[in-house]
Amino acid sequence: MGILADQSTKLVVQGITGSEGSFHTQKMVEYGTQIVAGVTPGKGGVKHAGIPVFNTMQQAVADTGADTSIIFVPPAFAADAVIEAADAGIKLVICISEGIPTLDMVKVMTYMEGKDARLIGPNCPGIITPGECKIGIMPGFIHKPGKIGVLSRSGTLTYEVVDQLTKLGLGQSTCIGLGGDPIIGTRFIDGLKLFKEDKKTAGVVLIGEIGGTDEEIAAEYIQEEFEKPVVAFIAGRTAPPGKRMGHAGAIIAGGRGTAGEKIEILKKSGVVIAESPADIGATMKKVLGDKK
Amino acid sequence: MKIHEYQAKALFRKYGIPIPQGKVTDKPDEAQKIAKEMGKVVVVKAQIHAGGRGKGGGIKLADTPKDAERRSKEIIGMTLVTPQTGPSGKLVRRVLIEEALGVHKELYLGMALDREKACITVIASEAGGMDIEVLAAKMPHKIIKIPVDPKIGIQPFQSRQVAFALKLPKELVRNCREIVGSLYRLFTENDASLAEINPLVVTKDGRLLAADAKINFDDNALCRHPHIESLKDTHEEDPTEVKAAKHRLSYVKLDGDVGCMVNGAGLAMATMDIIKLHGSMPANFLDVGGTASSERVEQAFRILLSDKNVKSVLINIFGGIVRCDRVAKGVVEAASRLNIQVPIVIRLAGTNANLAADILKASDLKFTVANDLADAAQKAVQSAAG
Repeated sequence: MGILADQSTKLVVQGITGSEGSFHTQKMVEYGTQIVAGVTPGKGGVKHAGIPVFNTMQQAVADTGADTSIIFVPPAFAADAVIEAADAGIKLVICISEGIPTLDMVKVMTYMEGKDARLIGPNCPGIITPGECKIGIMPGFIHKPGKIGVLSRSGTLTYEVVDQLTKLGLGQSTCIGLGGDPIIGTRFIDGLKLFKEDKKTAGVVLIGEIGGTDEEIAAEYIQEEFEKPVVAFIAGRTAPPGKRMGHAGAIIAGGRGTAGEKIEILKKSGVVIAESPADIGATMKKVLGDKK
Repeated sequence: MKIHEYQAKALFRKYGIPIPQGKVTDKPDEAQKIAKEMGKVVVVKAQIHAGGRGKGGGIKLADTPKDAERRSKEIIGMTLVTPQTGPSGKLVRRVLIEEALGVHKELYLGMALDREKACITVIASEAGGMDIEVLAAKMPHKIIKIPVDPKIGIQPFQSRQVAFALKLPKELVRNCREIVGSLYRLFTENDASLAEINPLVVTKDGRLLAADAKINFDDNALCRHPHIESLKDTHEEDPTEVKAAKHRLSYVKLDGDVGCMVNGAGLAMATMDIIKLHGSMPANFLDVGGTASSERVEQAFRILLSDKNVKSVLINIFGGIVRCDRVAKGVVEAASRLNIQVPIVIRLAGTNANLAADILKASDLKFTVANDLADAAQKAVQSAAG
């Protein structure tokens, strides 16, 4: 049973009829995810690939009992889609959209405070409980059920790491793509808290990058409260200051948020750092081996 | 997105934030006219997207209109090097001719996004006129930070907190409150990401003015602010980066000699990092995103190779949704059209990776196919060394 999603998850796809939404809906269904509804304003009443489409999230939830949603909506409208989902009673909202204005995310986080809903993303590949449930755009076939939790700010770098882990016989319990934006709904520390309570997870891989302080906050939590082994790779040691490196949140601003700083703080808290991205899987294997 | 001081001040004027009298020009003779009209001692300020201009000789006092013309002639067209521009400096195209202020005190007032708290934070200090980062490192106790609750926006009592922290005389407290409130409105109404008044000046004749102005804007929000987007000055950006942006390729020029082409920002940064681990330096960051068409790959190659420092190219693609065989076809087509002179090392992993390897080996172009990430980096570095 995954920490956030499993075979009992009832998923709504917001933006189901768009090109991204429809493509990935098909892929998720193929993986075994239970998709109970789609929402595209104006297309309510039709069926898309056998899935009923509604005009509003409220209607979708009332009709199908959906508890989770994934958002494939253009960035100008995505913040509204997140709020609509939470308002309709969705407990877990996964926002794939990239390019949401930062102040829109300030509004979203303000709204979500105190609500019984969790946001993952935006600008993320989603989450996967291998073998059970895929809510996102990641390639399912590289994953394998197992004991390693993965928390990452990246997309394809996460797949690289998962691929390494799987090839080394280390399956994954849950992989969470946190997203590349400066303001995200779930951060490293939030993911770690979930993994702490998860009996299936024996160790965690953190994939961080320059910008912000989420890795530093996680380091403090790991030092004080997290006993399972953690391996981390921080991308961007060669990134120049002041430049946005693809992700809106990957920027060394005001001299802060460098990879070097993050690596030092994580090391001090007992995290094992993979020096090369090619060695992340092997590092975790070694750490687990050493633990015995 | 960055803008010039004169543009930021125009926005300040719109929002009622007091600024010195001034006008921008790109012509030295016009500078003389402006100074004459003002009838005051002026300061001639280079307009570039970087700070530290004074240190580089980009800010000069001019006692007379003739002086203003002379100074403008010196500064317009100069390559201004400051601690923030890097050694290559920036070409100055315009100057702001502004009344010289009799400065009594220099203060700092700024607003920035707090990523952790997900709100805007007001930052203020009575130690203005210096680098805020240096100040934060050396005298953090001199800085006050006030997070603004997004639900209700900035409140008068918070603006008062700023005014009293800045130790302003009683008669300027209200002006300060207005400036803080206006700056917050400017920030939120225009989707800024950073706004700085450094220094906020108390003049000898008792005025409170924004002597300098810096505003950065959220790139993700520009489409809803066309008037802000129109302030963009592409001359201030690296021309290759501008070209890449036009093709919706995410590109940052660096100094090394191994060019990279990768799908995904995190993987692209990791690829740059592994190149360094293997003894060379990346020439660039380039995220080609989720498409694999030969047109896209060709564009990416053109942009990469326009950097004369590039001695080898490393293509690292992890295909999830993107199919590696499609990427391979794209690379073969693009490379055959472009007559590429530098060695190309390719590592394709994920969906249809084996098919892709066959396609590459079958082409008569001389690629080096790498087995894994470390192998790819090693080969790319070796090829660059020649």
